[in-house]
Amino acid sequence: MTDSALLTARGITKRFPGVLALDGVDFTLQRGHIHALMGENGAGKSTLIKVLTGLYPRDGGEAVLDGRPINPRTPLDAQAEGISTVYQEVNLIPELSVAENLYLGRQPRTFLRTVRWRQMSRLAREAMARLDIAIDVKRPVSSYSVAIQQMIAIARAVDVNRAVPAKVLVLDEPTSSLDAHEVASLFGVMRKLKGEGLGIIFVTHFLDQVYQITDRITVLRNGKLVGEYETASLPRLELIGKMIGRDASAITGHHPPARAASTGKAFLEASGLRRRGAIEPFDLTLCQGEIVGLAGLLGSGRTELARLLFGADKPDGGSLRINEQPVKLRQPRGAIARHIGFCSEDRKAEGIIPDLSIRENLVLSLQARAGWLRRIGRRRQQALADQYIKALNIKTSDADKSIKLLSGGNQQKVLLARWIATEPGLLILDEPTRGIDVGAKFEIARLIEQLCQDGMSLLFISSELEEVVRMCHRVAILRDRKVVGELAGDQVSEENVMATIAGQPETPHP
Amino acid sequence: MTTAPLDYAPPPPRSPRGIPLLVWPILVLALLLIFNFFFTPGFFHLTVRDGRVYGSLIDILRRGAPVMLLSLGMALVIATGGIDLSVGAVMAITGTIAAALIVRPDDSPLAFINVTHSLTLIILLSLAAAAIAGLWNGLLVALLDIQPIVATLILMVAGRGIARFPTSGQIVTFEHPGFEFLGTGGFLGLPFPVTIVVVVAILTGLLTRGTALGLFVESVGNNPKAARLAGVSSSRVKILVYVFCGFCAGVAGLISTADIKAADFNNLGLYLELDAILAVSLGGTSLSGGRFSIVGALIGAVLIQTLTTTILARGVPEPLTLVIKGMVVVLVCLLQSEKFRSRCKRLFKRGNS
Repeated sequence: MTDSALLTARGITKRFPGVLALDGVDFTLQRGHIHALMGENGAGKSTLIKVLTGLYPRDGGEAVLDGRPINPRTPLDAQAEGISTVYQEVNLIPELSVAENLYLGRQPRTFLRTVRWRQMSRLAREAMARLDIAIDVKRPVSSYSVAIQQMIAIARAVDVNRAVPAKVLVLDEPTSSLDAHEVASLFGVMRKLKGEGLGIIFVTHFLDQVYQITDRITVLRNGKLVGEYETASLPRLELIGKMIGRDASAITGHHPPARAASTGKAFLEASGLRRRGAIEPFDLTLCQGEIVGLAGLLGSGRTELARLLFGADKPDGGSLRINEQPVKLRQPRGAIARHIGFCSEDRKAEGIIPDLSIRENLVLSLQARAGWLRRIGRRRQQALADQYIKALNIKTSDADKSIKLLSGGNQQKVLLARWIATEPGLLILDEPTRGIDVGAKFEIARLIEQLCQDGMSLLFISSELEEVVRMCHRVAILRDRKVVGELAGDQVSEENVMATIAGQPETPHP
Repeated sequence: MTTAPLDYAPPPPRSPRGIPLLVWPILVLALLLIFNFFFTPGFFHLTVRDGRVYGSLIDILRRGAPVMLLSLGMALVIATGGIDLSVGAVMAITGTIAAALIVRPDDSPLAFINVTHSLTLIILLSLAAAAIAGLWNGLLVALLDIQPIVATLILMVAGRGIARFPTSGQIVTFEHPGFEFLGTGGFLGLPFPVTIVVVVAILTGLLTRGTALGLFVESVGNNPKAARLAGVSSSRVKILVYVFCGFCAGVAGLISTADIKAADFNNLGLYLELDAILAVSLGGTSLSGGRFSIVGALIGAVLIQTLTTTILARGVPEPLTLVIKGMVVVLVCLLQSEKFRSRCKRLFKRGNS
């Protein structure tokens, strides 16, 4: 332990029914450092964060903050000690103003206990100015972009007007819904806070960002500490190797699929399909045995396009043909009946049914297509669940566990199994690898290739260009809610995709 | 991962499989019975007369039958994330329609229907009306997207008025041995309402677990967005459960009407919706929707009736009865709260050390 150690945790242990989530983990955060916490899903990152911030009581070990032993029992406890957290999902009240959100529950009051609105607005402006952000603090939070909302959440967490100013800031995947420009301004804020002596724990899945901003890296695997490293002296491949616990060459040795021109017949043809405010008219053909990618920046209309193909939203015009039959899709149900599957990008809100078991989650779409009267028998359900738990290497003790108890990567695998079980002709995967660990990403990529070889048509959406280029035979590129180009075969490369995205921009990018 | 399973943490309110735990309502029910065993003479005394069993225990089941029936339908509605406040009013509507069909008062708008000869038709027509009432609720909730508490409040208020029409606002009394059997008859030595509860409960079980309806109901209640994207039609599911809830209320209305041999549109089923909601909630089904337990709802209903009967049997002064009822409900709710139990445990530990 050096002089500048701000937060020291020793031998942190946390048990859940059937699982040792943290096994004697040590963690040290230096003053004025940005410290990355890395690991696969289920490695124990979130659990460690939740123990340190008082969401879970710990079963063993000790934590010392600024020379004082701490044992927070609630997030409020942790905050009172000086540990503030900003979660992936922004925890603000959208309808209230920025100032109200910043000072909720601790508004400056007059002696009559009424709120001093003017003073509150001034304090709010100061708090935002500390992060170099000048916005109208009287407007509701919902009128700002997710990036600004993220900043507001950070401003609230590190506000100097707290009884105890924050010493440690925990950022749990703050960048997963930000675009490159927004990430840059978030990093600006993080550097500023770092300069003020705060310790920042940064959880992310983006390797680029880790190397861009962090000073040190702690790697966890299967609830155990793998090690703590200086970022500058840990090569990327080595980091990935430590996270997944295997030789780094296993990843680099992975070859891209043979880019044979697709010979399968068209499964789905969209022409002129459009929806106001979501996506301009587009044409798209998806063939059997082909992986088609959708590339584009965040908000370019990738998800909106996919939702039209699945009937999740209703198109304003255009036509759709499936297996050469003209169809109109009004509900996901109709698309499922025509053998289309759709894995939403928002696993928690639109994917899992949290309280139901893995088995029930898995058979849901198959059962929905069969209708409520033709129940899939218990034995068949169990057989399906066992089959996919084995085939997709889903880590669980049994199929009757609630799906919410699984890690993100394993939940994603269950959702993939839900669709594969319906034997779709077309599977739409919207960010199937978002927020999951490197190992599961690798497994899912292999699965997608396997499905493609079996003749399935796949539409693959990802923010990670490298992944799109590696996986897809053909890539449709979107910009500003418009399909602006399509690349196939040898043309598919990161450079070409980026060039197409850049195109001739009508408005210069900020 | 090869981590060996370790010792289990204290039991959560729901099992790791997400199924409501029924330990606590059963425990309180057992405590109540034990209390009665010692302090209420003759509580467990059963006598057999004319091939029928009589006693306090049987009485609890017979009197509790309407709420048990209501709680069956209510459990499904609540599991979809909804609520049905109109079941009491639907009971009254069903009851007065049945009475009007039996008696056929001259000025009744239903006088043109002549089914007095057929008990089956009387029952079927009355239940059809109950199902239509449920359909109305279902359409408001599922198609017009009105909040369930508001949508069913409409029929809760208007229903008592509607219930006046079949008998033109007269409290009609009737004599119909066949129909009265529903409320006062016996089957296998037990009151006939108990038989009806058993039949409807089995029907509910088959409807929800024998088909995929239970899975759909829980999916829609637990995460409506995800259920829609998985292909579940939430509007069909919701309409179906509101219709079923109306049907259950109809059956309860027939039993109660047969019991008092009159169409009392003012008081029949009054406030019973609240008992039914309470029974479902005591049975471990969350009011925010998701997992439900049919057995739990029945236990909840029996618990409420046992409590009422116990209080009456003890001769507690009238004003106190509701207070005591409230206190026991609070107790069960506290026991079901994990937070409360862990606090108690901590207190207990501190006391020992």
